[in-house]
Amino acid sequence: MKGSTVNLNLHNVSVEDEREVILKDITFDFKPGKIYVLIGRTGSGKTSLMRTIAGLIEPTDGEIYLGEERLDEVPIWQRGIAMVYQQFINYPQRTVLNNVEFPLLRSGISKADAKVQALAMLEKVGLTEFKDRKPSQLSGGQQQRVAIARALVRNTRVILLDEPLMNLDYKLREQLREEFRILFKTTSNSVTIYATTEPSESLFLGDELLVMRQGRIIQHGKPNYVFENPSTIDVAQIVNDPPMSILDGEIKGGRVNIDGSINFEVPNHLKSQPDGKYKIGMRASEVILGGNMSNSEEGSVSLAEVSGSETLLYVKLRIGEVVLQLEGIHDYHIGQRVVISIAPERIFLFNMDSTLCAAPGN
Amino acid sequence: MSRIFKYSFIFIWSAFVLTPLSWALVTSFKPPAAVNNGATFIPWLQFQPTLDGWKDITGISGYANLFPPLINSATVTFFATLVSLTFGCMAAYGLSRFSYGWKHYKNPDIIFFFISQRIMPPAVLAVPFFILLKTLHLLDTKLGLVLVLTSGLMPIVVWLLVDFFNQLPKEIDEMAMLEGCNPFEAFVRTILPLSKPGLTVAGMFSIIFGWNDLFFALVLTFTNVQTLPVAVVALNGTVTPFWTLCASAIFSILPLIGLAFVVERFLSKGGFAGAVR
Repeated sequence: MKGSTVNLNLHNVSVEDEREVILKDITFDFKPGKIYVLIGRTGSGKTSLMRTIAGLIEPTDGEIYLGEERLDEVPIWQRGIAMVYQQFINYPQRTVLNNVEFPLLRSGISKADAKVQALAMLEKVGLTEFKDRKPSQLSGGQQQRVAIARALVRNTRVILLDEPLMNLDYKLREQLREEFRILFKTTSNSVTIYATTEPSESLFLGDELLVMRQGRIIQHGKPNYVFENPSTIDVAQIVNDPPMSILDGEIKGGRVNIDGSINFEVPNHLKSQPDGKYKIGMRASEVILGGNMSNSEEGSVSLAEVSGSETLLYVKLRIGEVVLQLEGIHDYHIGQRVVISIAPERIFLFNMDSTLCAAPGN
Repeated sequence: MSRIFKYSFIFIWSAFVLTPLSWALVTSFKPPAAVNNGATFIPWLQFQPTLDGWKDITGISGYANLFPPLINSATVTFFATLVSLTFGCMAAYGLSRFSYGWKHYKNPDIIFFFISQRIMPPAVLAVPFFILLKTLHLLDTKLGLVLVLTSGLMPIVVWLLVDFFNQLPKEIDEMAMLEGCNPFEAFVRTILPLSKPGLTVAGMFSIIFGWNDLFFALVLTFTNVQTLPVAVVALNGTVTPFWTLCASAIFSILPLIGLAFVVERFLSKGGFAGAVR
């Protein structure tokens, strides 16, 4: 069965205790050869779902199948699942080579074969020259690569990656993200599940996106589709970084009116929407700085944050707060007056119960 | 200022600990005149050292021979420590990693139960142990003493190692299990090799307590299994000269001092550096 291509099926998997619901009715069919990205805020249940699949948490309800095999009845050590943690977990007393050999030896492979396979995997992750070092003698990125090598070397049926880049610096994260994509696409026929809180990572790595909130999968689909069509405001907030700005507004007489302050003609993609009250969503990258039309409003900067080569500007308007993502590094001070404009053709429309009515491009 | 205070404290404490020891060591080499005619401190200068005291306790002069009690003490302490460490580390690992309990009694209560056995004064246990060993025909045997000492050493081992295992990341054993080890193998293959500092500390405590046990050895053994503390006390009860008594005192602690030097290097910090970043 090892390395074979079988689906991972979850049927109504729940994990609850008397105090809280950790996972609720998770049903999903994971297919081999694809990278599934779990995205959600901290505490949304991503890690718990992975630990439940791995056997480290026992489901209180539901079934897990790997092909025909009832996985949740198999002991952890016989499940054949690899997992990479947020923290860089390695065996500190073993060398890098011994770390990568360990799972192979445990699966019954001869020492000579294990060494050959471990060395080949170390070459793939670029650690050949460090094979005789202890993990503590490596940098954070290299330690995590050892953990990845250990996870990949066994060619397991399921690989779980729990925010593996979280504890790395920005540059290294970007570099490893590129490497992951190549590694997982070229070496693995497994079901690969990758948890992250970062939308950019999910869009870059994922073949399929599963958005989680409060222990439930609230939307799934191709990353681009979910990004363009978030089913609810919650999804929109989770898959956008910085989160989407949401303002109260209404459609009346062919015009969109945001709290009586911003006013513009209903754009094409909202033409079929009946008059009424709505919530209006705007991505930070699509709010425009400047303007003097009816779709503009003046406000004051409440926070200016430089992130990499971008500046995030939080602007407090009379009608609420919006976030702008500006290219380049800009110097704004708190309280500075700025004018922002909304791009009508790029707004998302949500019902007052937060479900999506219309998205740009539809 | 704090530096001066620190070094003054270390100096005073060292003097407090080392002065009686040095005094005993020097006295063990003194001839009778160097003891009886006023205090002397410096060998060769104030007195000519002799080995009379040491000859008295090593069977050379025919006075007493502490080697058989030394071997008894070493055997009993070794096996009591071995049993305590073997089972104690497994108990401690279980209490660190798994949840046990009945109603509102949970792991911390079980750990307290272990250590509570040390709170009880040994005198309370003397009679029950005596009756137990008598019933099992283990009075005045090494096995009997090993069993009794183990019951006292195991709580120390469990108490120390639970805390040590709690500091080792659980993810290491989880990883080992995901990589094909059952819980026992995960413990033996990944946690135990990381636990040398903890095992060394627990082992040292066991050895010190086991080696210095006088009470149970006095109550539960007679002539066949005389341990070193009992033999030293027995010397005291006779008309043994000071220099011989001092030699016996030094003789009884020498193995522990030697052991302390050997194991010190295992106590280096950072035993599990690199496990988790």
